[in-house]
Amino acid sequence: MGDFDFQVIIESLPFLFDGLLISFQLTFLALIAGLAWGTILAVMRIWGPAPLRWFSAVYVNIFRSIPLILVIFWFYFLVPLLIGRPVGNFTSALIAFSLFEAAYYAEIMRAGLNSVSRGQVYAGLAIGLSPRQNLQYVILPQAFRNMIPVLLTQAIILFQDTSLVYVVALSDFMTSASVVAKVEGRLAEMYLFAALVYFVICFSGSLLVKHLQKKKVA
Amino acid sequence: MIKIDNIDKWYDDFHVLKGCSLEVERGEVIVICGPSGSGKSTLIKCVNALEPVDSGRIVVEETDVTARGTKLPLVRARIGMVFQHFELFPHKTVIENLMMGQIKVLKRSREAAREKAESLLKRVGLADQAQKYPSALSGGQQQRVAIARALAMDPIAMCFDEPTSALDPEMISEVLDVMVELAKEGMTMMVVTHEMGFARRVARRVVFMDQGEVKEIADTDTFFRNPETDRAKEFLSKILAH
Amino acid sequence: MDYNWNWAVLFQEPYLGWLLSGLQWTLLVAIAAWVIAFVVGSAVGILRTVPNRLVRTLAAAYVELFRNIPLLVQLFVWYFVVPELLPEDLGLWVKRDMPNPEYVTAVVALGAYTAARVAEQVRSGIQTIGKDLVNAGLAIGLTPLQNYLYIRLPISYRIIVPPLTSEFLTIFKNSSLALTIGVLELTAQARQIENYTFQGFEAFTAATVLYLVITLLVVLLMRLIDQKTRIPGSVGAN
Repeated sequence: MGDFDFQVIIESLPFLFDGLLISFQLTFLALIAGLAWGTILAVMRIWGPAPLRWFSAVYVNIFRSIPLILVIFWFYFLVPLLIGRPVGNFTSALIAFSLFEAAYYAEIMRAGLNSVSRGQVYAGLAIGLSPRQNLQYVILPQAFRNMIPVLLTQAIILFQDTSLVYVVALSDFMTSASVVAKVEGRLAEMYLFAALVYFVICFSGSLLVKHLQKKKVA
Repeated sequence: MIKIDNIDKWYDDFHVLKGCSLEVERGEVIVICGPSGSGKSTLIKCVNALEPVDSGRIVVEETDVTARGTKLPLVRARIGMVFQHFELFPHKTVIENLMMGQIKVLKRSREAAREKAESLLKRVGLADQAQKYPSALSGGQQQRVAIARALAMDPIAMCFDEPTSALDPEMISEVLDVMVELAKEGMTMMVVTHEMGFARRVARRVVFMDQGEVKEIADTDTFFRNPETDRAKEFLSKILAH
Repeated sequence: MDYNWNWAVLFQEPYLGWLLSGLQWTLLVAIAAWVIAFVVGSAVGILRTVPNRLVRTLAAAYVELFRNIPLLVQLFVWYFVVPELLPEDLGLWVKRDMPNPEYVTAVVALGAYTAARVAEQVRSGIQTIGKDLVNAGLAIGLTPLQNYLYIRLPISYRIIVPPLTSEFLTIFKNSSLALTIGVLELTAQARQIENYTFQGFEAFTAATVLYLVITLLVVLLMRLIDQKTRIPGSVGAN
């Protein structure tokens, strides 16, 4: 290990940076889509008629029971088949992540909505709010405040999970690092550097979550 | 027997105990009262070093509780402690709650521990509850078990931290009855409580605390008839008004 | 959709054998990693609650380090980098003579990673116990160590059976990452069947069903254990 080569890291920085952008892009888009679909699933589960409740429960439980890599493989195989023509691995990965994350966001949403006490629901109705107003002004604001730290934590997990697109050779940050590692024969440098970059980003994120949690308590 | 000598204690910047001193003689029952936040619970927890002090000394029967190197478990085993919320061990049955300390700390045999536990449960009127888990008991019953658990260690003194304040009103007397009986048998007791009826009946002296200070130590009669400080007067008028 | 269905492929050799062997490796990775995760995670979680500040900080550092780096990156570091950092003899042995290096690496990486998550559960279990209940143990004369052994840990572990179950399921799912260093576990075998037969639908369905069945079995088993060991009067008990 005496010959740790910083040069290889510096020279590959532009290439790695492009990879990092792909990782962020994938995280951001999957977060938005997953959150939207997850909210719909949660609302279906709590207030929907029986068939929708049932659908939501089955959906969430299936996606939460299988590995993300398998889901990535599923959609890498399935999406071109359904569309009838090849699509890029970014598209299939984005679909896989969105549908997969939605199952986790749905559970967070459901817990958040259920975390608002019945007393609060009654109190809102008792001062004369309509059920819809009660949802809008009393339940959702409280539920959302309770959820923010968990949602952020899940976003950090999602960002880490995007590294798994390595298995379909989508050139995110992780895949780019491993390409350089293999081409240059500098495995130790590249993987340790990748670990450091992920750590700095995710640790900063988790510090932010802690800060928000403290503010919530105060 | 218990000598609290000029102790100070801080929680960060909050001065929770300010130069408190108090001596308790063998067989004496002392009631400690005062408004909430006055430091009375903290004071009583200092006696068996559940709360460490920042300065001052506490000596229990020649053992300096506050000294470095004191074997605290052995000191604590000799001072019974009863908590506001009972604090029975939820994963153990009632009788196991009474046996644990005897076996693990006093190294008694299971048989001896069980015998002692059974006789104490009988004494607090709960012999038929031995095999139940604490959660199956009412608050009053749980607190009586907690007293029995403390007594199982053959303590030389008992500390009570608001033993009846978490109880429904109709259960208070069953716990106080046990405590009165204990007092009559000559147990040394320090009791943090707002039960002034209990204080009148069995306490020899009353300690009044306010804002971390011991404001007043008086014979029970004197305290109720003619409290020295205005704060104590005010406190008594509030607490006795209803 | 233009697709030639052929479910029978799943029951032909060698593909059926591949699936079963994949399932076996998935379980072998998950269970061995769980042992590491449980032991190391318990130790780290307990150390996060001790009075000594330095020890607490070190334990917290372990958790933050392993939680904030993607498992895939950790796996590659264990596989490609760690043998280089070891003392020469040991490094050589790992690279040349250690039996089944992919499997061992996957187990260690997954175990160390999940230990950080288990540690957080153990810590929060210990910390949900009220201060006066801890005091009650000390007040009858238990030493701090005895208090951990007889009061704090038994209560904590029974509280955290449900979250530990979900950590086990996470390890079970995460064992699929072992395919990236060449362990032919369930997901890898499904992928391989797809590559050989072009029956991706059937292969992935088979893997999905097997994951679902194992998950269901674990959930049912743990629910049983949870009910049997639950402390009377705790949340959810009847």
